[in-house]
Amino acid sequence: MSFAEQFSPDATRDAALRAHRATVDEVRSAIACGVPDVTSAAMLLAPAASTIIEELAQTAHRLTVERFGKTIALFAPLYLSNDCVCTCTYCGFSMGLDIKRRTLRIDEVMREARALGANGFRNILLVSSEHPKYVNAGYLAQCVSEVKRVAHYVALEVAAADETEYEAYVNAGCDGVVLYQETYDPQVYAQHHLGGPKKKFDWRMDALERAAHAGVRHLGAGALLGLADWRFEGLALLQHARYLQRHAWRSQVNVSLPRINSAAGGFSPQHPVSDAALVQLVCALRIALPTAGIVLSTRENAKLRDHLVRLGITHMSAGSSTEPGGYSEPGSAGEQFHLEDTRTPEHVAHRLVELGYDPVFKDWENVAPQTAAAAIAEGVAGS
Amino acid sequence: MRKQNTEHSQRYVRNHILTDLLALGGRTFSSRLIIGTGKFSSPEVMADALATSGTEMVTVALRRVDLDAPVSSIIDFIDQSRYLILPNTSGAADAQEAVRLARLARAAGLPPWIKVEVIPDPRYLMPDPVETLKACETLVREGFVVLPYIHADPVLAKRLEEIGTAAVMPLAAPIGSGRGLKMEAALAIIIEQATVPVVIDAGLGVPSHAAAAMEMGADAVLVNTAIATAAHPARMAHAFKLAVEAGRAGRLAGRAPELPTASASSPLTGFLHPVE
Repeated sequence: MSFAEQFSPDATRDAALRAHRATVDEVRSAIACGVPDVTSAAMLLAPAASTIIEELAQTAHRLTVERFGKTIALFAPLYLSNDCVCTCTYCGFSMGLDIKRRTLRIDEVMREARALGANGFRNILLVSSEHPKYVNAGYLAQCVSEVKRVAHYVALEVAAADETEYEAYVNAGCDGVVLYQETYDPQVYAQHHLGGPKKKFDWRMDALERAAHAGVRHLGAGALLGLADWRFEGLALLQHARYLQRHAWRSQVNVSLPRINSAAGGFSPQHPVSDAALVQLVCALRIALPTAGIVLSTRENAKLRDHLVRLGITHMSAGSSTEPGGYSEPGSAGEQFHLEDTRTPEHVAHRLVELGYDPVFKDWENVAPQTAAAAIAEGVAGS
Repeated sequence: MRKQNTEHSQRYVRNHILTDLLALGGRTFSSRLIIGTGKFSSPEVMADALATSGTEMVTVALRRVDLDAPVSSIIDFIDQSRYLILPNTSGAADAQEAVRLARLARAAGLPPWIKVEVIPDPRYLMPDPVETLKACETLVREGFVVLPYIHADPVLAKRLEEIGTAAVMPLAAPIGSGRGLKMEAALAIIIEQATVPVVIDAGLGVPSHAAAAMEMGADAVLVNTAIATAAHPARMAHAFKLAVEAGRAGRLAGRAPELPTASASSPLTGFLHPVE
């Protein structure tokens, strides 16, 4: 049974609602028992848990250091395209918005990748809007295999694909797939995804499992906070991550909690998420998912990011641009959303050192048969 | 009298400590503590911990080494005149990947020593016995000094020994868990049967765990998380050094038997068997 078949939005909503009556003792019990199920996970998101947030934070910090040490992996997004056939209420790339549109040619992609490489990045996330003509599987596979020449780790955050397409990405050297469900509430999802292939809720929900079947080694799940109740989204994301950990056991599961930010179109979220709620979510996810990476983007401001580092974050983007071509030709296309943390990668890395963390730019070596590393390895075989 | 005691002590050190070397892969090591380099808050903190640990062998994940930019690499913080670098294949999910990583390490000029880690499961980080054996067969054939990280599986340990690995490195508990010798019964069998050094790797959380491992008869231990994530890594590294030495000395001293009842140290019938 796939996650889409198994997941119950109603039961999740009920668990989130019931947790409003939770006591502090029940929250402490959930922490002590290692959060075995959805009901106990809901306790960590309950209002009662927010009254002992320091206890949650201490536990989250301890678990993170135990598993990941005092290191933060740094990566950068590389936007390939903002051409889009989807109409999504919150997105700066939504079809119909009057922005400068652009899909990078391969040489332009490489110019961007080299610019990131020069800043030390070896971990690059290729991001694109959905356009079956300009941004098809062949183009994406080519982007992966080219960028792989300058980066050791290349992941894709693009349209949900079928298993054959994911296999093509893996064969091109793709190390990870990031695909946020945006919202796990199907009704809310329908209200915000008005046109285009992204309307298919279940297809999107099962995409990460298809990617894992195709051999993708790192899976990134997430919810776009602000569309629905954050407690509901947190509980749903937790179930999704746990499902993937069990069913896609060969893949590392990471989670992310991006908050909606201002974008072209002037969307404002119906369920805004406060800093305190975000902190509670990060702590709760860390306690409930001790082995999952937690990814934090430059949507959040520098000060908050500095604090979140100690609470469970393991991966951060830095020095990001959310427009295609934004590293080598800033201003040549519309951006997806506004960035709050505009520090340079050097500045972010320096700050991490001040906070007692080792900023890690490289933590992966892909030696799949088609990679340059494999060619070197085969060249010295038996020597 | 004091002078005589000092001489005794020096002779003891000369005869028992300095000569008790770990022979591994055609080399000898006076330290039986191997250190892992992940999870430290900075390369400088790591370098300090290496120094206080007294280690002579340091394992480094190839995936953390930027072979394109070796200047800023973690390797630069490891003084290769003091420490043997033991590259490891962390990140490999099958035999082929482990073999390629080992070859890459050699191509990059690192020593032809390899700690084989084949871990298909990113959550519990359990090593794959089948793929580990396959990788080791290839790497031994290619002339590497091969140290496989394995589950505490006595049969697998013997199979690896048969194909020519330089040691076996069974886990005490899941990596990074700090839970100590959870696999004690199986580790005891591995140690009892081994004809190559047994390095207990993973799961040791505090110095007393390392001492207990050495008392059991392990030839060495490998520690990373317990040092890297301690409040004071360099002090913890030193504590592990002392624990490993104490455990080893205790093992060599021959322990008193464990009895179910009390046993007086001066039995009342001692006069019947006078000491000659």
